[in-house]
Amino acid sequence: MKVSLFITCVSDMIFADVGKHTVEILERVGCEVDFPAAQTCCGQPAYNSGYLQEAKQSMKQMMRSFKDSEYVVGPSGSCVGMLKEYPAIFKGDSEWEEAAVDLANKSYEITQFLVDVLGVTDLGSTFKGKVTYHPSCHMTRILGVKDAPQTLLRHVKGIELIELPVKEDCCGFGGTFAVKNPDISREMVKEKSQHVSETNAEYLAGGDMGCLMNIGGRMRREGKNVKVVHITEILNTHEQGGGIA
Amino acid sequence: MSIKLGDMSYQDRIEKGIENDFMREAVSSAQGRFRNGRLTQAEELGDWEDWRQLGSEIRTHTLENLDYYLQQLSEQVSKRGGNVFFAATAEEANAYIKKVIKQKNGKKVVKSKSMVTEEIGLNQQLEQMGAEVVESDLGEWILQLDEDPPSHIVTPALHKNKEQIRETFAEKRGYDQSDSPEELAAFAREQLRKDFLSADVGITGCNFAIAESGAITLVTNEGNARMVTALPDTQITVMGMERIVPTWEDMEVLVSLLTRAAVGQKLTSYVTSYTGARLEGEIDGPDDYHLVIVDNGRSKILGTEFQSALHCIRCAACINVCPVYRHVGGHAYNSIYPGPIGAVLTPLLDGYDDHKELPYASSLCAACTEACPVKIPLHEQLIRHRQIIVEQEKKSPVTEKIMMKGFAQWASTPAAYKLSTKLARTALKPWTKDETIKNGPGPLKGWTDVRDFPAPAKQSFRAWWKERKKGVNQ
Ligand code: SF4
Repeated sequence: MKVSLFITCVSDMIFADVGKHTVEILERVGCEVDFPAAQTCCGQPAYNSGYLQEAKQSMKQMMRSFKDSEYVVGPSGSCVGMLKEYPAIFKGDSEWEEAAVDLANKSYEITQFLVDVLGVTDLGSTFKGKVTYHPSCHMTRILGVKDAPQTLLRHVKGIELIELPVKEDCCGFGGTFAVKNPDISREMVKEKSQHVSETNAEYLAGGDMGCLMNIGGRMRREGKNVKVVHITEILNTHEQGGGIA
Repeated sequence: MSIKLGDMSYQDRIEKGIENDFMREAVSSAQGRFRNGRLTQAEELGDWEDWRQLGSEIRTHTLENLDYYLQQLSEQVSKRGGNVFFAATAEEANAYIKKVIKQKNGKKVVKSKSMVTEEIGLNQQLEQMGAEVVESDLGEWILQLDEDPPSHIVTPALHKNKEQIRETFAEKRGYDQSDSPEELAAFAREQLRKDFLSADVGITGCNFAIAESGAITLVTNEGNARMVTALPDTQITVMGMERIVPTWEDMEVLVSLLTRAAVGQKLTSYVTSYTGARLEGEIDGPDDYHLVIVDNGRSKILGTEFQSALHCIRCAACINVCPVYRHVGGHAYNSIYPGPIGAVLTPLLDGYDDHKELPYASSLCAACTEACPVKIPLHEQLIRHRQIIVEQEKKSPVTEKIMMKGFAQWASTPAAYKLSTKLARTALKPWTKDETIKNGPGPLKGWTDVRDFPAPAKQSFRAWWKERKKGVNQ
């Protein structure tokens, strides 16, 4: 199966490893992966701030980039969730509506793609450690992906999964919210950090680097040494290597 | 009071809320209780999503035929001997109510269950004309004694704990017993009883007006609304014009949703319906009945993309799941409608000038949208508000505007985008130490004030990909 990677701006620039793990996982399950280099950002920072016209320019670039792709798969529930909003945003736009629907229909978050499209629930991964999972808001509520990541994690050999208390609560990232309302955001992420600590987990996993960057950044500031990892880092750890060293 | 609570700046309100540990503790534990109650009840119902869908359809249908149902309601109320007044504005509503009270030579007004009277600032108006006004719902009564505005739409005094309430009672009414909820409630009951018996006018709000019968329904957990509607000779109901349902069956669906979504109950203690004045041959009911239907900006919302905000049945489920509300409290919204629904509704009713920060006081986590029993897409409406603030109202900060223009350019020019993935690390080098930025420049500052920011990757993904491909090709 041919899959085009949608890497997201945060992964491309800051967490390049997440992209690498995504590639390796897809290849392990037999996908042929390509990376359309003209892709940029899903447009979310502008869209969620109310800058619709500016957001659209970025969105159009994405539609152009993935025009010929069969499947588009990315390591972020939030950014893929944004792609899924394109049809509503370009509704009635004769030039772009069709492309918007097309991109939305063929786009998947990585765990969603593995479980729902490929039917893979066990990647043969091995990971020793106590892990708690934060289901980010956009992954669960906007994209509607609730079970896939946890299903995959449950099948990882050696893992000890610990439930995160009040896991459905927002971590306070919210894109520009984190910088526009730093005080409120701080209180939210403090609470999340507290909940993570309560689990005594060694690793905090999630499917959205934005949220993980927020929680991880806060925990680091608080001097806590929980390792924050993208779910692909765990899923790509197997007996031959891969994932987290 | 009107919709707006005061003149404190947004930033000050946020800080005040965050610093109030007492309030935050009270709100946080109440949220936990309400949320769990709601989830258990929703689960017990089994087909919660079907119920939500039905509730949402009833609300949509009603709003799309609002003129028809308002007409029907008004005819039914008139037929039952009541007077109906349509108030386009808060002023009109207040003037009418004052006129009625003056005609009756009313001295004492008891009230229950009415947010819309807060919205139009009725109490001050009545006090100015020399009438005594007593809020009879326990929470409202406490706030009235303390001259404090409500902070929640179902439990208005949620921000106070029992010690604070005891203090208020002691200070204002000479209370000298303990802070046990039973003793506090008993004291309030005893005090209020005198007011019920001596009041000549009763004013209530309305949870649902039933168009087919002209009946008004109130959903309460205290018996006070019943006293207000049963004792005084003159009765006035004040309702927002959207608080209407076509039939009793529709009412039943919405009450089921309301009680479950609000406090996780199957039913509340009281669901009261009353219809107009006492007719000849009837043994009870008031001499004189008035229904005041308030527009005050609502009709402006009809037919717009915000119409579904008028679905709201004031259950507060959205407020009870909102993490922003939990940390800043209801007063931070500076509106008698706090939380997510407040952030949506307040600018619609009262304009953006005083409320332009509200739509941004959300991380768009969509917990509110998920909780809303009548399916208002609250977080989407917040984004829509932001668009209006940016594009029509032109109230967004200049620096942000410039940044967003830059963003659009950057994200639609692959070469520029690619270059930045290459340069990001170098550009942030001066602020980076141990792969971490603790004191970021410009827009990063808001971030690094409260948490660390990671240094960009040594090699961007796309650079890695390119190398890898070359390797593969060799
Ligand atoms: S918006 Fe929805 S959840 Fe919030 S108070 Fe209204 S009906 Fe309840």
